[in-house]
Amino acid sequence: MRLKSLLWTALMMMLPATAMAAEGPDTGDTAWIIVSTALVMMMTPAGLALFYGGLSRYKNLLNTIAMTLVAYCLASVIWVLWGYTLAFGTSMGGFVGGFDHLFLNGITVSSLSGTIPTYVFLLFQMTFACITVALVLGSVVDRMKFSAWIVFTLLWVTFIYCPVAHWAWGGGWMGEMGALDFAGGTVVHINAGVAGLVLSMLLGKRLGYGKEAMFPSSITLTALGAALLWFGWFGFNAGSQLAADGVAASAFLVTNTSAALGALAWMTAEWMATGKPTVLGMASGVVAGLVAITPAAGFVSMPGSLVIGVMAGLIGYFSVAKLKNMLGYDDSLDAFGVHGLCGIWGALATGLFASPAVNEGGMGLFYGNPGQLWIQVVSILGTAAFSAIGTLVVAMVTKMVTGGLRVTQEEEIEGLDNSQHGERAFEIQ
Amino acid sequence: MKKIEAIVKPFKLDDVKEALNDIGIQGMTITEVKGYGRQKGHKEIYRGAEYVVDFIPKVKIEVVVGDDQADAVVAKIREAANTGKLGDGKIFVVGIEEAVRVRTGETGSDAL
Repeated sequence: MRLKSLLWTALMMMLPATAMAAEGPDTGDTAWIIVSTALVMMMTPAGLALFYGGLSRYKNLLNTIAMTLVAYCLASVIWVLWGYTLAFGTSMGGFVGGFDHLFLNGITVSSLSGTIPTYVFLLFQMTFACITVALVLGSVVDRMKFSAWIVFTLLWVTFIYCPVAHWAWGGGWMGEMGALDFAGGTVVHINAGVAGLVLSMLLGKRLGYGKEAMFPSSITLTALGAALLWFGWFGFNAGSQLAADGVAASAFLVTNTSAALGALAWMTAEWMATGKPTVLGMASGVVAGLVAITPAAGFVSMPGSLVIGVMAGLIGYFSVAKLKNMLGYDDSLDAFGVHGLCGIWGALATGLFASPAVNEGGMGLFYGNPGQLWIQVVSILGTAAFSAIGTLVVAMVTKMVTGGLRVTQEEEIEGLDNSQHGERAFEIQ
Repeated sequence: MKKIEAIVKPFKLDDVKEALNDIGIQGMTITEVKGYGRQKGHKEIYRGAEYVVDFIPKVKIEVVVGDDQADAVVAKIREAANTGKLGDGKIFVVGIEEAVRVRTGETGSDAL
């Protein structure tokens, strides 16, 4: 180590001093993105695992946590092997990144992405790949085979997530077209929500769905998970500025406001409709508000976030309490209702409320640029169509590899904790 | 001998136990049970999915006493477990043919 650093110092001394000063990372930016990366990491195996785990039935709680955890592990390894280069390598026709950074080839400790080391950038992006695939599992808990989930994760991150991330952030067609997606409205939420819907329809409904009571195992865990997601989301949104500056601070502000109003709106809607303000409703509203503000975070000002948050809470409540029953699909934990539909609302709202006073890079309809809304619509449709068709193909391949996506009827009734993992979540006597 | 089976609200268990102790009843068996009568269940709603919870937790108290004490025990339980609202429970009285104390082999009322 020591020899290496000495050699490195000697090499650096040979370079002109001015170049050094210009090319070094910004320490403030770097520190903030390192912290943000850790915050977003926590959202998957802690925030989402508890949020989803508490919502699944008592006999499937551990399986839900296991699927979240294994998704994080797999996606983070895929990312450093071939995922990063597919998303951020030299663009091949605006569709996918090239193989120039396969196995992180060509990236060193001195590589920079903007003002931060490339290692920090790629790690920050890695946490997004991880949470996106993990979000999908909300639609399929209580019935998917664990082995099928592993194969699906591998294929989905590679063939669906990486291209879409490339489109928006890696120099692909969506970014080139001028679509605004600050922290992942299309890439993360619409993508995961649509994938969840397709996968849940392929899997079919849970046994007894609509006939027997399916109680969440613990709303306490779900509320704690929502709080951890909220906490981590500050890194997700404010970190997506990739700098510690005023836009990051503004993103932080609107993120919190939207989450809080999402919870209040959902709570109020539910209170009026069914007479009780539930904790699950508030926790779900938090997530709905966070999802909707994600694409808009670095573009909209505080007043915009008020509308985005309230509408997210109402859309979320309507889609899971009414729309799902009307359409009759079994999206077990509502990945589509909350992430897909609130993500679409957020992407549209970005085209409405993006204010050049916050960020020069975005001007929405209300600031005199109606064309932005159309661009947002195209990016939503493009993402949803690719995600739907891609997920269908990936799921079919998975089905062939693992001999079916779904556990047997016996295993499903017994519960996936025991049938898949040989464990139980609680030992209460 | 009579067995008195009382199904009461769980939070009334201590009151019933004390009331029976006051009239010299020295033992009882309790079971945590679930059921419903006229009180019916309640509904819970999770993200719009409405589930009716029919069975409500109750406590079943079983006491076996001599024929002469049965009426007093029933009266005491009724008094202690009463809140005046639906769901206060039921008391059943059944005849008992025989009782045996395991340790000594005593039978009949001597075994109680």
